[in-house]
Amino acid sequence: MSTLSTGTDVVVYEEEHVHHDDPNFWRKYIFSEDHKVIAKQYLITGIFWAMLGIAMSVVFRIQLGFPDADISWLKPVLGQWISETGKLDPNFYLALVTMHGTIMVFFVLTAGLSGTFSNFLIPLQIGARDMASGFLNMLSYWFFFTASVVMFASLFLQTGPAAGGWVVYPPLSALPQAHLGSELGMSLWLISMALFIVSQLLGGINYITTVINLRTRGMTFNKLPLTIWAFLITAVLGLISFPVLLSAALLLIFDRNFGTSFYLSEIYIAGEALPNVGGSPILFQHLFWFLGHPEVYIVLLPALGITSEIIATNSRKPIFGYRAMIASLLGIAFLAFIVWAHHMFVTGMNPFLGSVFMFLTLIIAVPSAVKAFNYITTLWKGNIVFTPAMLFSIGLVSFFVSGGLTGIILGNSALDIQLHDTYFVVAHFHIVMGAASAFGFFAGVYHWFPKMFGRMMNNTLGQIHFWMTFIGVYLVFFPLHYIGIAGFPRRYYQFTTYDFTSSYTDLNMFVTVAAILTFFAQFIFIYNFFSSIFTGKRSPQNPWRSNTLEWTTPIKPGHGNWPGEIPAVYRWSYDYSKPGAAEDFIPQNVPYSQTLESNLPHENEEIKMEAEIEAQNFNDQFDQPH
Amino acid sequence: MTVEATHQIPIQKEPEATLSVDPKKFILWLFIVSIVMLFASQTSAYLVRRAEGNWLEFQMPIIFWYSTVVLFFSSISMQWAYNSAKKDNFTQLKTAISITFALGLLFLGMQFQGWREMVDMKVYFVGNPSGSFLYVFTGLHGFHLISGLVVLLTALVAAFRFKVHAKSLRRIEICATYWHFLDFLWIYLFFFLLTFN
Repeated sequence: MSTLSTGTDVVVYEEEHVHHDDPNFWRKYIFSEDHKVIAKQYLITGIFWAMLGIAMSVVFRIQLGFPDADISWLKPVLGQWISETGKLDPNFYLALVTMHGTIMVFFVLTAGLSGTFSNFLIPLQIGARDMASGFLNMLSYWFFFTASVVMFASLFLQTGPAAGGWVVYPPLSALPQAHLGSELGMSLWLISMALFIVSQLLGGINYITTVINLRTRGMTFNKLPLTIWAFLITAVLGLISFPVLLSAALLLIFDRNFGTSFYLSEIYIAGEALPNVGGSPILFQHLFWFLGHPEVYIVLLPALGITSEIIATNSRKPIFGYRAMIASLLGIAFLAFIVWAHHMFVTGMNPFLGSVFMFLTLIIAVPSAVKAFNYITTLWKGNIVFTPAMLFSIGLVSFFVSGGLTGIILGNSALDIQLHDTYFVVAHFHIVMGAASAFGFFAGVYHWFPKMFGRMMNNTLGQIHFWMTFIGVYLVFFPLHYIGIAGFPRRYYQFTTYDFTSSYTDLNMFVTVAAILTFFAQFIFIYNFFSSIFTGKRSPQNPWRSNTLEWTTPIKPGHGNWPGEIPAVYRWSYDYSKPGAAEDFIPQNVPYSQTLESNLPHENEEIKMEAEIEAQNFNDQFDQPH
Repeated sequence: MTVEATHQIPIQKEPEATLSVDPKKFILWLFIVSIVMLFASQTSAYLVRRAEGNWLEFQMPIIFWYSTVVLFFSSISMQWAYNSAKKDNFTQLKTAISITFALGLLFLGMQFQGWREMVDMKVYFVGNPSGSFLYVFTGLHGFHLISGLVVLLTALVAAFRFKVHAKSLRRIEICATYWHFLDFLWIYLFFFLLTFN
């Protein structure tokens, strides 16, 4: 009887593994459940959105820098949005600003960054065959893709896409008659964001489950690379905050389409009083920013994780303060949920409440400073290898510091009254959140490109790309601080109406020119990226002489990542330049018993445990029917 | 004990076993977290809005009391189904899971009846947010209950095909956890609405 049932089990087991053999083109490249393919899908989609989002910013930058210029040469692309006299339509200006924000925050820096690197690195660095649920993972990408299609389609509407700012505050966004951008474009924005939230939840749930359940033998939490810590905490942030945005969006949909009054009260529009009574627009802001603030860390934390890994590898030094890095990630994540009202200092909130939120906001400076100092002390006296990935990581640290400092200024409720909704805010978050995260993204692409495609990217082009982008970002955003302090408000079509604003026209021109040059520099990256996929130099197995597990896989890992057994892990991932060791790096899967010459006393103790680690279960998904 | 002696204490370190739950069940729990956040944000929005005044107070239709009882009993029969599956008692399993499904449908019907009674009381979806919120809470919960019914249906079909038994409990475990959660969620919403009417 028992043999019979065992036999049945084997049959079941084999049946469930049929799908591992030779999937057809569609299953392999399009509706793939393999985390590496899904990561590349996220990457390519993210790059597409990034180019579109940045191109939009260039268009409105031209309007801001050269308000009198004739831009009818853009007519082939923008059509009716360019007037007869070659001027940008003011409604479309608002739409561009809104779409630029939405695309860059959600589609590029959330989906493109987190989606790419969480998917790609989590299974490879923790030693798993794939994500916990390949199907949910695939679903996550295709929900994102559908959200992208809906958002993209909204760009081509006669009335234009959503134009109430990426924060879509009601009542502007809740009333279709309020302006052009609140018509169908706004509805599509809400549909797209709802799909996007579903995608993020599916992805995030998968990341968390995978990190917690599918680590290989010996990969305890205190041996996890910091990248994985960052992705895990990012996913937890998303899991907790995205449902709240869904709530906010849902109530907004009811207000827009069903006539409820959650956010609307006593509005008089176009000579007509609306029946809505009893709503509160501030309620939306509370709900939105409960997501919105964690969202900036959802964007930034993966970049910080990637940077930790790259800076340690290329300084050939252990990361300084591994535990402090984790603690600061946790601290930032915790604080992210209790500071949302600092976006709302000028909504007429109780000044006492304002000072509570101000206090909590300023505390974030502590874990952030811990991270900044740890990066710098890791670099200190290291044998630094200036790969493009390393340059971008150092660039990130620079932005994190210079953008973070203005955060301390903005976090003060008294100063915020002057600076709120000016270009100072724009400068702040573009440096600390936009450019820093984008640099994390570039760093990650340059660093893990060999693992993704088995080829190297061109180093010289990478260096040129870095310097042009790094200098460009500062040239674009540094002057905006001054424009902001002078009182220029965000999202205004033009400034030339008032005398005080005209003295800054040349500064605006300068910013626009810098923005255009920085935009063109990105084509170096695009060229380098796509041509290297096909013609790049073939990469060795471990090009950066790195410790983490992904470099123990074949140069082009197949389905299941490791051909044989999954390696076991015996040490943390930062054993660089260890005194006594022959090489300046010792990968995580090398047991202490093989490195007697470099072991510290307490590490010799751990040799005893190696047999036990090896005896542990693999968490190998291929050994279980799935 | 001298300092030297302290250094002599042999530190016996156990290798830490990697925590491992069934990933599918873990995924369910994370889904539950996201649903909790959805309703937490809804109920806190309710409180924030209520604190601002201009709030219509009305008596909750009595049928919501009955539907709460119905959902509670469906949770009990769900547990009964799970226990029967564990004991390989297929007759009881099929009875219990069918009862759960029927009670789930009955609950949905009663919620809908509750809406009709609200309309009779002239508390509409469109109007003062206090009424709108009640529709949103019951509607969102109903939506999740429908998804629970779908999960329940797959377990029901599996049970009738004898695919649920003591050695294959994952499906019914997931189903039972989700169903109990939906029951608990409704009881929370119900008492929340009673308290902060």
